[in-house]
Amino acid sequence: MGLTLTLRQPSMLAVMSIPPTTNQVQGPAIHVQGLEKSYKELRVLRGVDFEVARGSIFALLGSNGAGKTTVVKILSTLLKADAGTARVNGFDVATQAEDVRESISLTGQFAAVDEILSGRENLVLVARLRHLKNPGKIADDLLARFSLTDAAGRKVSTYSGGMRRRLDIAMSLVGNPPVIFLDEPTAGLDPQGRIEVWQAVKELAGQGTTVLLTTQYLDEAEQLADRIAILHQGRIIVNGTLTELKQLLPPAKVEYVEKQPTLEDVFLAVVGDDGNDRSVGTEA
Amino acid sequence: MTKHFFGDTTVLLGRSLRHITRSVDTIITTAITPIAMMLMFVYVFGGAIRTGSDSYVNYMLPGILLITVASGVAYTALRLLMDMKSGIFERFQSMPIARSSVLWAHVLTSLVANVISLVVVVGVALLVGFRSGAGVLAWLGVAGILIVFTLALTWIAVIPGLTAKSVDGAGAFSYPLIFLPFLSSAFVPTDTMPGPLRAFAEHQPVTSIVNTIRDLFTQQPVGTDIWIALAWCAGILIVAYVFADISYRRRIS
Repeated sequence: MGLTLTLRQPSMLAVMSIPPTTNQVQGPAIHVQGLEKSYKELRVLRGVDFEVARGSIFALLGSNGAGKTTVVKILSTLLKADAGTARVNGFDVATQAEDVRESISLTGQFAAVDEILSGRENLVLVARLRHLKNPGKIADDLLARFSLTDAAGRKVSTYSGGMRRRLDIAMSLVGNPPVIFLDEPTAGLDPQGRIEVWQAVKELAGQGTTVLLTTQYLDEAEQLADRIAILHQGRIIVNGTLTELKQLLPPAKVEYVEKQPTLEDVFLAVVGDDGNDRSVGTEA
Repeated sequence: MTKHFFGDTTVLLGRSLRHITRSVDTIITTAITPIAMMLMFVYVFGGAIRTGSDSYVNYMLPGILLITVASGVAYTALRLLMDMKSGIFERFQSMPIARSSVLWAHVLTSLVANVISLVVVVGVALLVGFRSGAGVLAWLGVAGILIVFTLALTWIAVIPGLTAKSVDGAGAFSYPLIFLPFLSSAFVPTDTMPGPLRAFAEHQPVTSIVNTIRDLFTQQPVGTDIWIALAWCAGILIVAYVFADISYRRRIS
C-alpha cells in the first residue's frame, strides 16, 4: 500500500470527451469563496475559500466539529450559507440549486441506505428518482462493479459495514453525476472496509469524476487526495498537494528506527485478507 | 423540478409501502390496541353503560375508529424520524427530485396504512356484533370523514417526525390524541359528565366527528354535526400542514 498520488490530467481530458450529464463544464468543478455559516452564536465557518479541479480528489481535513460537514451540506444544497458564494459544476448553490442537485451526489456520514429494502431495490430506487431509463440494468451493473451481486436480493440490514458503504457509494454513482461528495466515507469501518472504500474512490476518480471527501484520518487524505485542505476554526489554513504540505515543515532528517509492523499490518496478515478478493473493480 | 412531483411521489410511495408490507407487525400493533379496547368495552364495561342505544358496540365503534387512527399516525412520525436519522432523507433532498414528494410519500403511506388498520378493526367489530343498515352513500361519508381525519392527524405527526430527537419523543404526541375520545361522546353520553368536563367534551373535535359517524351508521340525519366535524378536520389539517411546512423549511435551510 504505497502512496499513489497519480496525475489526473489524462482523465481530465477523458471526461471532456464524454458527453457530460449537464452542459456546464468550464472552470473548476467546485468553487467556494468567503463561505460563512453560524448556528446561533457558534460561528462554524468564518470565510472558507477553495477550488477543486475537475476530475481530481480533494480532501477536506479537520478534526470533529471543524465544519467539514457544514461545507458539504452547503455544497449539496442542504443548508444555506450566511455569506459567500459557492459554485458546483458551474452552478450557484443558492440560486441554481436544482442544477446543482442534477450535477452531484452526496454520500453522508452515515451510510444512507434503506435497511428494509434489498441492495438492488436501493439502487433501482435511486435510478428511478434520477429519472433514468433501465433502472434495473443500472442497478445490476453497479452491483457487479461493487461485488454486491451475490447480496443483491438480501435486505440491507443483513449487510456488513463495508458492504453498506459500498452500496452507499454505488448509489451515489447512479446516473454518473460529475461531482461526488463523500462525507467521512470510512468512519466506523474496519480496516478491510476502509480499503474497500478507498479502492472504490480511486476507481471513481480514475473515470473522471470529481470527488470532494472529508476525513479526520490523515492517512486517508494521504492515500486518496490530489490536494488536501485543512479546515481549522472555520477557515482553510493550508491548501496544497501532499508534497507541498510536507515542505511546510523543516526538511526530513534521517533517523534509524526499527521497523515494527503496525497493528493494521498484523490484523490484515492474520486475517489473510488484504481486501483484494473482495475488491471493487473490473479485474475480477 | 415540480414536473416530477407525481412521478417522484409515486416512486417514494412505493418505497414506504414496501416498508409496510415487510413489517406487517406495525399494522397489527396499530389495530390491536383499539381492538383490545373495543373488546373490553363491549364485554366488560358495556353491560353497565346506559347509552340509550340497543347495541353498545354500535355506539362506541366510531370512537374506536378514531383511536385506531390516532395510534396509527404514531408510526408515520416514527418512519419519518427513521429517514431523518438514517441520512436517507438528506440523500433524497440532495437529489434532483421534487423535494416535497419525500413528505407527501410519507403522508400517503400513512393514509394507506391507516385505511388497512381501520378495515381490520371494522372486521373485528362485525365479528363481535356490530351491525349497520347504512347504505353505500353513508359508508362513503364515513370513509370520507375518516380519511380527512387521518390526513389531519398525519400532518400533525409530520411535525414530531421532522423535529424529534428520539424515537420516544416522536411517538409521544399521539398519547393525548388517543386519550381525547375518552373525554367525548365516544364511549358515554356527555350529559352524565360534570359541568366543565361536559362543556369541554361537547366542544372538542372528537365529539362532532363521533356523532357524525354514529348518525351515518344508524341512518339518522347528521344535522350540523357533519359541518362542525369537517370544519374541525379541515382546520386541524391546515394548521398542522402550516407548522409541518415551517419545520420542514427549517430542516432544509
